Amino acid sequence: MPVPEWLRKRREKDVTADDASLWQKCPRCSEMLYRKDLVANLWVCSRCGHHIRMHAYDRVNTLVDGDFVEIGADILPGDPLGWADKRPYPQKLKRDREKSKLSEAVVTGFGTLDGFPVALGVMDFNFRGGTMGTVVGERITNLLEEGRRRRLPCIIFTASGGARMEEGMLALMQMAKTTLALQRFKAEGNLYIAVLTDPTTGGVSASFGFAADLILAEARAAIGFAGRRVIEQTIRQKLPENFQTAEFLLEKGHIDMVLDRRELRPALVRLLDYAVGRQRVAPLKAVPELAVP
Amino acid sequence: MNVIVEREKGLTELEARIGQLRERGTSGGEMLALEQKVEALRRDLFGTLSAWERVNMARHPKRPIASDYLAALDAFDELHGDRHFRDDPALVGGFAKLRGRNVMVLSQQKGRDTKENIRRNFGMVSPEGYRKASRLMDLAARFHLPIVSFVDTSGADPGIGSEERAQSEAIAGCLMTLTRVAVPVVAAIVGEGGSGGALAIALADHVIMAENAVYSVASPEGCAAILWGDAARAPEAAEHLKLTSNDLLGFGIVDEIAPEPLGGAHRDSAPFIQRVLDGIERALSRLAALPAAELLDTRYRKYRRIGSWRGKGPVRAGGLA
Ligand SMILES: [Zn+2]
Repeated sequence: MPVPEWLRKRREKDVTADDASLWQKCPRCSEMLYRKDLVANLWVCSRCGHHIRMHAYDRVNTLVDGDFVEIGADILPGDPLGWADKRPYPQKLKRDREKSKLSEAVVTGFGTLDGFPVALGVMDFNFRGGTMGTVVGERITNLLEEGRRRRLPCIIFTASGGARMEEGMLALMQMAKTTLALQRFKAEGNLYIAVLTDPTTGGVSASFGFAADLILAEARAAIGFAGRRVIEQTIRQKLPENFQTAEFLLEKGHIDMVLDRRELRPALVRLLDYAVGRQRVAPLKAVPELAVP
Repeated sequence: MNVIVEREKGLTELEARIGQLRERGTSGGEMLALEQKVEALRRDLFGTLSAWERVNMARHPKRPIASDYLAALDAFDELHGDRHFRDDPALVGGFAKLRGRNVMVLSQQKGRDTKENIRRNFGMVSPEGYRKASRLMDLAARFHLPIVSFVDTSGADPGIGSEERAQSEAIAGCLMTLTRVAVPVVAAIVGEGGSGGALAIALADHVIMAENAVYSVASPEGCAAILWGDAARAPEAAEHLKLTSNDLLGFGIVDEIAPEPLGGAHRDSAPFIQRVLDGIERALSRLAALPAAELLDTRYRKYRRIGSWRGKGPVRAGGLA
């Protein structure tokens, strides 16, 4: 299938590579891993199988066939509450921008997966703990609206500590906003797949995280509504090791599949094939004049 | 310890003394002076409240709770259960008549005493409560009944059972239902509006907020614990969070404030409850005139613009795009 014209622009390359050291330590088993091997293994520890949290652009680049058109990158945060504790909120944002090489906690755009054009959103825990403020809400909403206009399937990779405190109630309202956009998206027959990665909690989990047609999760990812510490404080006892893991949720019937990261892309392609079908994505080429920024 | 309750102690003594004097037939200058003194004290104590004081007002043990609002309706028939697991007493819902109008009511129910609070889980709703709510919303839409919700919860239940039964999915499900029901939805934030657990029944066409209610992305204690690892700094977090009715009116998150009597809704609750019902009635009359498609479109656009971001234009803040 030819790549649609509007997809002929590649955005970022392995952005974390420039300053990365040659070796990286596995946060679980402490094995020193040779970075090139680690990248080839999709940031899965070759010794213990631990899934190291991925940078959003690395995730994008390992998923799409080649081209990725980012949209919504011009949607940037303000400081609606004028929040300042130890540091003013704009300073925290600036530090996270430098540290994470991201403009916000989610990257959105279009690409193809084995030829299937998709609207793709990838959250990143490195930026303010993947918290949902108004920019995350606006970019996700924008992605769903643009995806709906093009009748594309949408895949969102979640990674979030919940709502962003520094944007207060404006952050909470993004649950409503994204859900409204998602409802319209789904009502028109478009497929929405959520891929829950480590960790997915709070407002993201309780909106576009769990309101999906298909819910996939990466192996051993921590997923839940309330944070583990909050629950432990409430019940005043330690929780079992596997509580709120992807595997626990699968057993309880909350999600469709738990996958090793290395099996994720082929699984997504198979699901797209079942739900959308190769012949049915063809008319997409006929969509005229797509004004992608 | 509730800072408002503490503050009321001195006032209550004075008020009791006035009552005694009046019974004894005291009147004239002495009485007038005493009454003026009490009035001045009231203004002094409650005239301007900080965010933290409002948090305490919203949690006041005598504040009207959902059942007080339900009792003020013309009729209420409770409907129970999520059809799957159990009936959640923290979420009360059912058919009701509000000023002669048939509606579906949903409310978060705290208890008046310890025993009832334990039964009601302090108004913290479990997944089955949200699933009941979602079921009743769909039922309302099928029979063209507007939905009215009374919000009063510190947050969704954070227990093991709730996680095992998919609290996230239950809340997301409620939100999804509210995005599509083609009947007017009016929410009244009457006490605590605790995070996603409150929003789950408050995604609405019109949101009324009691003057001293609070509505927050996280409890001040939770926020302080998350940001500074110290829940005791809750009063400070409360100021940061912009959780008061005035703040939220400015952000376009609430549409109307129901003014409370000086000292809080509990000091003269019956007329206050009627005032909230007045607001709901007005909103329902206005929304009833809208065709379904326009209603849904207006709901979409209302939430679509809430936020603060820089895009192609200038900074869009607080829904004032
Ligand atoms: Zn390892």
